Amino acid sequence: MAVLVVADHDNASLKDNTHKTVTAALALSGDVDVLVAGHGVAGVAAEAAKIAGVRKVLTAQSDALGKQIAEAVAACITPLMAGYDAVLIPATSAGKNFAPRVAALLDVAPISEIIEVVGPSTFVRPIYAGNALETVESSDAKKVITVRATAFKAAGEGGSAAVEPVDAGAGAPKTRFVSDELVKSDRPELAGAKIVVSGGRAMGSAEEFHRVIEPLADKLGAAVGASRAAVDAGYAPNDYQVGQTGKVVAPQLYIAVGISGAIQHLAGMKDSKVIVAINKDADAPIFQVADYGLVADYKIAVPELMAALTDAGH
Amino acid sequence: MGQTRPVRRFWLASLRNPPRTGLQSALGALLAWRRSLKVWMSMKILVPVKRVIDYNVKARVKSDQTGVDLANVKMSMNPFCEIAVEEAVRLKEKGLAEEIIVVSIGPIQAQETIRTALAMGGDRGILVQTDADPEPLEVAKLLKAVALAEGPGLILMGKQAIDGDNNAVGQMLSALLDWPQATFASKVELSGDTVRVTREVDGGLQTLELDLPAVVTADLRLNEPRYASLPNIMKAKKKTIDIKTADDFGGLSGGHLKVLKVTEPAKRVAGVKVESAAELVSKLKTEAGVI
Ligand SMILES: Cc1cc2nc3c(=O)[nH]c(=O)nc-3n(C[C@H](O)[C@H](O)[C@H](O)COP(=O)(O)OP(=O)(O)OC[C@H]3O[C@@H](n4cnc5c(N)ncnc54)[C@H](O)[C@@H]3O)c2cc1C
Repeated sequence: MAVLVVADHDNASLKDNTHKTVTAALALSGDVDVLVAGHGVAGVAAEAAKIAGVRKVLTAQSDALGKQIAEAVAACITPLMAGYDAVLIPATSAGKNFAPRVAALLDVAPISEIIEVVGPSTFVRPIYAGNALETVESSDAKKVITVRATAFKAAGEGGSAAVEPVDAGAGAPKTRFVSDELVKSDRPELAGAKIVVSGGRAMGSAEEFHRVIEPLADKLGAAVGASRAAVDAGYAPNDYQVGQTGKVVAPQLYIAVGISGAIQHLAGMKDSKVIVAINKDADAPIFQVADYGLVADYKIAVPELMAALTDAGH
Repeated sequence: MGQTRPVRRFWLASLRNPPRTGLQSALGALLAWRRSLKVWMSMKILVPVKRVIDYNVKARVKSDQTGVDLANVKMSMNPFCEIAVEEAVRLKEKGLAEEIIVVSIGPIQAQETIRTALAMGGDRGILVQTDADPEPLEVAKLLKAVALAEGPGLILMGKQAIDGDNNAVGQMLSALLDWPQATFASKVELSGDTVRVTREVDGGLQTLELDLPAVVTADLRLNEPRYASLPNIMKAKKKTIDIKTADDFGGLSGGHLKVLKVTEPAKRVAGVKVESAAELVSKLKTEAGVI
């Protein structure tokens, strides 16, 4: 059995989701190759070649692949599947976008966001916003799987796989890239951060979100997250959203400020190691999952927390 | 479809191409404009919708581990499908689409879900009735057959259903039809034979332009769905819902996934309440060791 892992990257650097997906792949097979599909990805491929346990790194390059256009990525992967029994794709927004296409083109059932490999054809995946876990067995000869990276440890370094170019595929003739509007940030990435500080509707404005949440995050070297309510209201950009339909995070420490703890939000953070909630409502559901709860107005509690962190040497 | 044409279309047509002199030529020209406009104005939007557990209800796993208990549980239209319906209605209200066809695959009760979409502004419904719980691949194949029968210019649907959380049908449908796709839409702009879609992606936003026909899946920020007004709910009762079977659209292709069991995730236990920020910091340092 040979398994293909599709690398998560931004053409410039390889993302840790790739290492975690390799771990899931190694649970299926010892023959794991990594595909880096993009544009100008020599550096990314070199990084992927160093992942321990990787047999070979394939690179495919075109403009459309560089923009992760789903049609192009699927057209690149599908023919490669002649040589593989499974393809594992990190469940990022890009991965979720093209993985089901690959499955449809191969006439197989996609298996979305697995959190455990039980056997060669059996996987566990969350359903109903993580309120239930489904164990499914696939009867497909070739499997198309997306992987919830937070459920797997990152594969280590130390490999020295060969890098080999492959055909970029047919592209996306009916889809044109128009523009990108990417959020620039020096903070750690939300998905892989060790500490996440998230703000909710209680912030009341984008200014308040900047004033309260960001300094606290920076003091802790944390990534910034938000509830849907905060994103909908424009306090934070869309890719900050943590939850069932946003990003799933599992940091060492998750601090929720002024977030009530709706099912959909919990779905994105309840696997964090330690959860802290700051909320003025003692009955807020977030306290049911919080290891440490502080019932307080954030306007008082966050400045105090900043001061206490300073006192503690942060 | 009936023969009656909305007056507004003639009116729009005459706005775009002011009539020349002479009754005959004016009439002839009017008919020609009507024909050319027909491509544009006859744009149909197909909106697939799913009946799922209401998003406010916490799913409970059955004690025999065969699934989630849906008996006596409030069911509603999947929230992302609602957003897709709303967007289709707005496009129609802007005069960019002629007809909105709402399709659902599911049990007979899914008629209510279709009815809700019709009350929001959908024109007619199709229920592909089945008590099976088809997998995304099967759903995509049925929807492909519906799309080929109806010939929509645009398929607008939710990015994911909040029961299975697969986030797959739109992408699969697009692949099967070989139509372009834009998932996770937060903005949809139709113009002529293309659609420009702004998508929510990791890192921010991406804008794509697709040739029509195309498949677009809705994300949360696309719009805020309306509540149907009472008069519209009454009107929706008179709209047609065709009840079909899977066999009318090529049949169910059969599942590829077998659910071995459904279990409850490990429960987190509530921890302690701290009295102050200082206590919190000391606990995080010494007890939890995370800062
Ligand atoms: C289909 C669907 C998908 C969804 N997906 C997601 C998702 O991915 N992620 C997500 O987060 N949500 C999601 N939601 C939305 C979710 O249901 C909630 O509406 C949302 O999480 C609420 O955000 P919030 O906690 O910030 O706001 P609220 O629920 O309004 O909570 C605000 C909290 O702040 C507290 N507060 C107010 N003022 C103060 C103060 N001064 N000091 C301290 N505390 C204060 C209040 O006590 C309250 O608990 C989804 C909903 C649907 C229907």
